[in-house]
Amino acid sequence: MTDVSVASPCHLQINGKSYSADLPPSVTLLDLLRERLDLTGTKKGCDHGQCGACTVLVDGKRVKSCLILAVSIPDAEVTTIEGLAPDGHLHPMQQAFIDRDAFQCGYCTPGQIMSAVALLEEGHVHTREEIREFMSGNLCRCGAYNGIIDAIEQVLAQHQQDRAGEAA
Amino acid sequence: MTLHSAKIGQPVSRIDGIAKVTGQARYAAEPHPAGMLYGFIVNSPIARGRIEAIRDEAARAVPGVVEVMTHLNRPHSALFEKSYMDGLGVPGSPYRPLHDAEISFNGQPVAVVLAETFEAAREAAMRLEVDYERWPHNADFEASLHQKYMPGKTRSNYVPPKSRGNAAEAYALSPIKIEGRYHLAPEHHNPMEMHATTVIVEEDGTFTVWDKTQGPQAVQAYLTSALSLSKDQVRVRNPYVGGAFGSGLRAQHNVFLAVLAAKMLNRSVRVTLTRQQMFTHVFRPEAVMDIALGAQPDGTLQSMIVNGVTDTSRFEHNMENLVIWGLINYKCPNATADYKVAPRDTYTSSDMRAPGAATGVNLFEMAIDEMAYACNMDPLDFRLHNYSDIDAMHDMPLTSKALKEAMHEGAERFGWQNRPMAPQSMRDGKDLIGWGMATGIWDAMFSPTSARATLTADGRLHIATAASDIGTGTYTILAQTASEAFGIPMEMIDIELGDSTLPECPTEGGSWTAASAGAAVWLACQSLREKLFKAVGKSGNISAWLTEGLSNNTTVLKDGFLQDKGADENLRLSLSEALSLTGQDRLEVEETAKPGLRGTISQMRKARFTHSAVFCEVRVDEELGIVRVTRLVNAVAAGRIMNPKTAASQVRGAMVMATGMALHEESLMDERVGRFMNHNFSEYHIPAHADIPDMDVLFIAEEDPEVSPLGIKGVGEIGMCGTAAAIANAVFHATGQRHRNLPITPGD
Repeated sequence: MTDVSVASPCHLQINGKSYSADLPPSVTLLDLLRERLDLTGTKKGCDHGQCGACTVLVDGKRVKSCLILAVSIPDAEVTTIEGLAPDGHLHPMQQAFIDRDAFQCGYCTPGQIMSAVALLEEGHVHTREEIREFMSGNLCRCGAYNGIIDAIEQVLAQHQQDRAGEAA
Repeated sequence: MTLHSAKIGQPVSRIDGIAKVTGQARYAAEPHPAGMLYGFIVNSPIARGRIEAIRDEAARAVPGVVEVMTHLNRPHSALFEKSYMDGLGVPGSPYRPLHDAEISFNGQPVAVVLAETFEAAREAAMRLEVDYERWPHNADFEASLHQKYMPGKTRSNYVPPKSRGNAAEAYALSPIKIEGRYHLAPEHHNPMEMHATTVIVEEDGTFTVWDKTQGPQAVQAYLTSALSLSKDQVRVRNPYVGGAFGSGLRAQHNVFLAVLAAKMLNRSVRVTLTRQQMFTHVFRPEAVMDIALGAQPDGTLQSMIVNGVTDTSRFEHNMENLVIWGLINYKCPNATADYKVAPRDTYTSSDMRAPGAATGVNLFEMAIDEMAYACNMDPLDFRLHNYSDIDAMHDMPLTSKALKEAMHEGAERFGWQNRPMAPQSMRDGKDLIGWGMATGIWDAMFSPTSARATLTADGRLHIATAASDIGTGTYTILAQTASEAFGIPMEMIDIELGDSTLPECPTEGGSWTAASAGAAVWLACQSLREKLFKAVGKSGNISAWLTEGLSNNTTVLKDGFLQDKGADENLRLSLSEALSLTGQDRLEVEETAKPGLRGTISQMRKARFTHSAVFCEVRVDEELGIVRVTRLVNAVAAGRIMNPKTAASQVRGAMVMATGMALHEESLMDERVGRFMNHNFSEYHIPAHADIPDMDVLFIAEEDPEVSPLGIKGVGEIGMCGTAAAIANAVFHATGQRHRNLPITPGD
């Protein structure tokens, strides 16, 4: 029988803080965050990588934390919604979500925001249709999709202005 | 900076926004009491039979496992079925979790494994061995139709259909007829947050239960009754709810099992369902509607015959108001309808967003489109031609019905006047383009609700009621209501919801919360202001302008200050100063909003509904049959709109769900085992970003002081009603092919 309590070492940087512990290998990154570190901003919506509610950044890239075993990404840098704007101010994407009513129940929201932040870093979207396509891994049952696209477009426009400003 | 009072009707952003975008909002599975155990539910793989043996040695051997709770070792719970009845009023014998060895549906919980970690509980649950004696079952809806029946006792909210004229004879004599069987597949609510409960065993032995529910007081009542606990032993909290859409109307088995386990072990417990397990409880029933319509060649409806059936379980009689909507909404001299339920061996179907109307209105509006075409009439003109200004089924006047205005304004926004009548007449490359429309109708309800308003020494206003904000914007619209009613900026208001200890409020649902809780908050704030003015007036130690103003009734409360109407801004008194003058550190009132005598009479004499007109454009790939919704316009007449920003989101959200109903969503039953097999998000598709176009929502001006104290009708369900039909009708217009089954698969 597998002994689920046999532990392996796990070292991570989570929201800028160093985390080390011995963990059973079956602990997912998502369950580590939610159940052992009380970082419940990252949500569990399916546990199968099908809904995107658990999206976090690992080394700057958006990933589904339910599909990653915590011990399998040694020394990775993990950013969750709690670490997006640690100084108490809102990230422009968080503010845009509020401005554009881009959520209702709020449960898929942290995953949508993390995914959207990474999407703009990826730098390959320019139109609403492209945003829709590249955000389709994040489901929202309240159907706040129009607001989410509005919010991302708002921040995208700010990015483009900033870039134009830098170039000038 | 002066902070100004917000007004009802302004598009203010959600006040719970910061908590939600920063991940600070705590949902049911998120408090973490010390020493908490994780419960993992084991489900029956058979649909009917009994448990013969449970072998739990392997499960108990998993390190960290504390207990395996089954019907054999569970603590005492109530014996009688009536103790498990909940507020929803579904007649029959409610399911009693872990009651005995009998299995009544596939997925029924047979055990809860409790362990120190989630991983150990999950591992051990897979190692539990259960032997079953299998009994024959039927999970096939078609087969269950042979056993359809009318329950002897009906659900409390059931509206029996009422016939008029002689529909059969008029149908036979009608020169133009259509007739068909329309069908809706079963659907699952699938809120993004799975059903979950965290039970905290407090130091005094009481239970604080964080549950995903739409009604904390209903869950408290259920737990006290089913588990023989007193009211002060159980407090239920749900400050944030990750969507529900009706799945949280009834107390689900997770909350019962979590409290049962906490009682058994005297430890805090968390039970979270998996996404797969979300398909083991409530769902929108599968439905068939046989619709026959007769008309004159000029498009005048002569006869409507509607016979509908929805499914229920073998042990409860879930009922919907399925067949009445067309009879209410259309002028037609002869009409009749009949409704039955069909039993199968599954869990009981239940209310999902716009229960009854989402199915009944959409399927009926698809038939109306067929009839319009049979009469060679534009579908909008056909509906205007047969428009009823009254509730035609009850022959009752309405408090208001701005549906005609909605049809005109929606059509104009959409550009409907340019629509060619013939199907298959618009095309762009390999895409066929179609335009369809439909109308929607839903109840406008108002239920007695209480709210408390408290002014504290810091000058802040606290509002409390046991309502639930399931994403509906309730926190925000109640703050707007309080701001206007009391005369205080939004920033100085705290709203407390989602707690069974707060003033009484009915379970959130049916679009009644805005009208009901809004009225209660309005009343409480007005009453608190009067109380404050009186207390200040009595204090004796006040300036002359205030003494004068209070006695002349010219003192007002504005932007958080007592001041004289139109007087010098320097002569004003802050709320904290005013309160300190009274010598008290808080002032508090609780008020209950009720229909009252006038309201009750109005409810008896006049019907009340929300209406909508939906217009849709689809593109259908001619070779592959892929349907894309490219435009949606919904013109909604819903009385007073509290907040156009959050209200439009409510309507859009329902339109997204209706898009799923029209094109995607279908829970697929394997009749051999009696289980919904596509129990995950890759096989049960809910609309994703790429499925949804920009949607245009218009609110039609509709002043209706009679419908509820603040003139509110509610907007939570109306977006479901009509939208799926508008999409289906647009698919017909694109392809020339009629589909009578939802979801649509072109080429079927």
